[in-house]
Amino acid sequence: MSSQDIPEEKLPAEPGAAHGAVKVADEDNPFADPGLPPHEHRIQDIDERAAKRSERTVALLFTVSMLATLGFIASYVWIPNDKSIYIWPLGHISAMNFALGLTLGVALFCIGAGAVHWARTLMSDAELADERHPIEASPEVRAKVHADFKQGAKESAIGRRPLIRNTLLGALTLVPFSGLFLLRDLGPLPHEKLRHTMWAKGKRLVNMNTNQPLRPEDISTGSLTFAKPDGLEEEGNEEYQTEIAKAALMIVRLQPDNIKDKRELEWSHQGIVAYSKICTHVGCPISLYEQQTHHVLCPCHQSTFDLSDGARVIFGPAGHALPQLRIGVDSEGYLQALGDFEEPVGPAFWERG
Amino acid sequence: MSTTASNPTRSRGKAPAGEKLADWADGRLGIYSLAKANMRKIFPDHWSFMLGEVCLYSFLIIILTGVYLTLFFHPSMNEVVYHGSYVPLQGQLMSEAFNSTLHISFEVRGGLLIRQIHHWAALVFLAGMFVHMMRVFFTGAFRKPREVNWLFGFLLFVLGMFTGFTGYSLPDDLLSGTGVRFMEGAILSVPIIGTYISFFLFGGEFPGHDFVARFYSIHILLLPGIMLGLVVGHLILVFYHKHTQFAGPGKTNNNVVGMPLLPVYMAKAGGFFFLVFGVIAVIAAIAQINPIWAIGPYRPDQVSTGAQPDWYMGMAEGLIRAMPGWEVNFWGHTLVLGVFIPLVLFGVVLIAIAVYPFIEAWVTGDKREHHILDRPRNAPTRTAFGAAWIAWYFVLLVGGGNDLWATHFHLSINAITWFVRIAFFAVPVLTFIVTKRICLGLQRRDRDKVLHGRESGIIKRLPHGEFIEVHEPLSQEQLYTLTAHHQYEPVEIGPTVDENGVERKVKGTEKLRAKLSRAYYGEGNQIAKPTVEEYKEITSGHGHH
Repeated sequence: MSSQDIPEEKLPAEPGAAHGAVKVADEDNPFADPGLPPHEHRIQDIDERAAKRSERTVALLFTVSMLATLGFIASYVWIPNDKSIYIWPLGHISAMNFALGLTLGVALFCIGAGAVHWARTLMSDAELADERHPIEASPEVRAKVHADFKQGAKESAIGRRPLIRNTLLGALTLVPFSGLFLLRDLGPLPHEKLRHTMWAKGKRLVNMNTNQPLRPEDISTGSLTFAKPDGLEEEGNEEYQTEIAKAALMIVRLQPDNIKDKRELEWSHQGIVAYSKICTHVGCPISLYEQQTHHVLCPCHQSTFDLSDGARVIFGPAGHALPQLRIGVDSEGYLQALGDFEEPVGPAFWERG
Repeated sequence: MSTTASNPTRSRGKAPAGEKLADWADGRLGIYSLAKANMRKIFPDHWSFMLGEVCLYSFLIIILTGVYLTLFFHPSMNEVVYHGSYVPLQGQLMSEAFNSTLHISFEVRGGLLIRQIHHWAALVFLAGMFVHMMRVFFTGAFRKPREVNWLFGFLLFVLGMFTGFTGYSLPDDLLSGTGVRFMEGAILSVPIIGTYISFFLFGGEFPGHDFVARFYSIHILLLPGIMLGLVVGHLILVFYHKHTQFAGPGKTNNNVVGMPLLPVYMAKAGGFFFLVFGVIAVIAAIAQINPIWAIGPYRPDQVSTGAQPDWYMGMAEGLIRAMPGWEVNFWGHTLVLGVFIPLVLFGVVLIAIAVYPFIEAWVTGDKREHHILDRPRNAPTRTAFGAAWIAWYFVLLVGGGNDLWATHFHLSINAITWFVRIAFFAVPVLTFIVTKRICLGLQRRDRDKVLHGRESGIIKRLPHGEFIEVHEPLSQEQLYTLTAHHQYEPVEIGPTVDENGVERKVKGTEKLRAKLSRAYYGEGNQIAKPTVEEYKEITSGHGHH
């Protein structure tokens, strides 16, 4: 900042416009850069008492931080982990979490506030200017680098001996394939896995909640019942999640007269229809049923299916109807499947067809 | 101890300990040359420059708290029976991942706090990057020489989204599992290879036994590792390019005006880390986030209503919810356009913002370095484009939460979905037009202010009875600041027939460039800033206006 040396008469007339650090104002050009404005003193720069006050504020903030850390340790040691307290308007919350978070937050915040206050009130606030230099290299440097590169390339003889170059490229191209092959065992190939579920002829429909096989009279009008295939137990079955992800079923009872779709009526039993619970959009389980309209809605992306009309899509992003499971009653009067789903359940995929 | 000091005026043995340590390090690491260039490096000050700092600090907080969480988390999908202290779930089957997350939340003292800080900091990190990116965009800070750093930042934003997604999927709770199922459905929609990718990612059929462990290594190692590298590169480039600054008296394209790194910037920036950390810790103390115990463990056949991803995935969610369910079946194959198009659009929306600096550089043909920031109004087309992009993004956020809009405002979900479908196309266009108008209006106001001065609010009555408002002339600082921006001339194709009457072939790209250039800088697309002549004529002529 050599601007201090500029003689008085060269400065712009108005007070405050003051000395130009970069350019002295051109009198002919009212839009010229007047240069950096003068440094304005803060109260702390001229009044030592104000500076003392700032110093005490900063020290106070740091002290509060220390106290808050002690509070953190005290909370950690003395508050029982399972204690909950009522704090308006948050409600009942964990006392430990509240105390630890608050004390840690205050301890950290006060360090930050102290440092910033220190910087703003006590450190020099005179603006300084640094020069910028072009990022681009000078033409000489550029020429030197290019020449060096050419020299290096020439010495390697890579241009003159294409056999080396080509075989090297070949080797470097091939070598990543080893890595690609190593990824092969990340998972099995799909084969027909997405086409089949656990459902098969004679499998009973078991209530998801009670674990009891369902009879037709268990299904009341207007309710949505979730079912799984008989024999699919959660406990001790490693494949439970994968199987239920495909086999989950929802059952409703409709008036047979209300069923608009012919095949749906054929595959039903006394108006009881069973559909895959897995949305054909991206696979969320469907769980909202509107009993008046027989619509079911997927809560994830709001695809809506009409269960009285072959579960066709009536709104939302799903691309095709929910697959229906053909059901009947076995000799003991329990609902049973009459086969697997005829099409893949869940989201569509390339091989689905 | 060195007894033969190279400098006879100063005995090394008597130097303070810190100085001796620094000398020792300099002899091995050359720290003095590094410090010479950087210790008193100048950083300009503006409130918007702290947005990037928020991102950096929340990233550090995420790493610190994340390392702590790995000490307790078990990335395993083995089913176990819960016997912990949260009574409602006792006896339930759940994965070890969920079980250990409950353990962190209920038995590890402070574990819940660290979990909540980690999650809150992730939300702040993504929001910070979004806003920081918009600051850089609207002020034109992405121009040469900073295009590469723009791409670094863009990559951080995208990787941050996926790190967040893989992170909140780890507890294997009902909500996150639903999100993973959505991802699986989206992968299945990819033509030809989708089914294979899904089987390889999940180690077989969904959900399988592998994804938590695989997401874990992606979440704690692969993505953060790449991001850490990018963050370091981003900061090195910020140092190397030196920070941009707004136009103002004494501030030119060849200097950088502000405060030195040591002490002011170090104290402010270092202090700001503690401020950000402190605020997030207090938020984590009072605002519950992702209470997985209330949501329950994941079951593929169960779901809760109002399922929402973290906010930064809301855009993808909106795309998938608004898209009509198109499916094309042919030759035994299914093209799941209803899911695949949103997947592609997700990339397109993001890429649009990534490539923008290169498009603008091509249109302007400007090869100079730019270190002075634009005021958004002075680049109306760019500002309008950015505003349109944000509007687009927000339309999709609305679409992603269409069920919440429906339940909170008692609206029809179908109506909201249709609104989003139309708004997806209409709102960006409208926003573009409106924003550009506003920018041009502000440019006109700046022009008036320069030529006629600032409205003082003082009404003066002249001797003959006329009332006039007194306009105060602006100071030279203000005049300079308001007229410092550069205005481009639109690119002309030039005569297509040379002096001999031979027709020159004009390439299509050249025509497109001229057209875009006119749209950016042609008549009606920017307001000419006042010239010295105009100013002199008005101020010398008839006094105040």
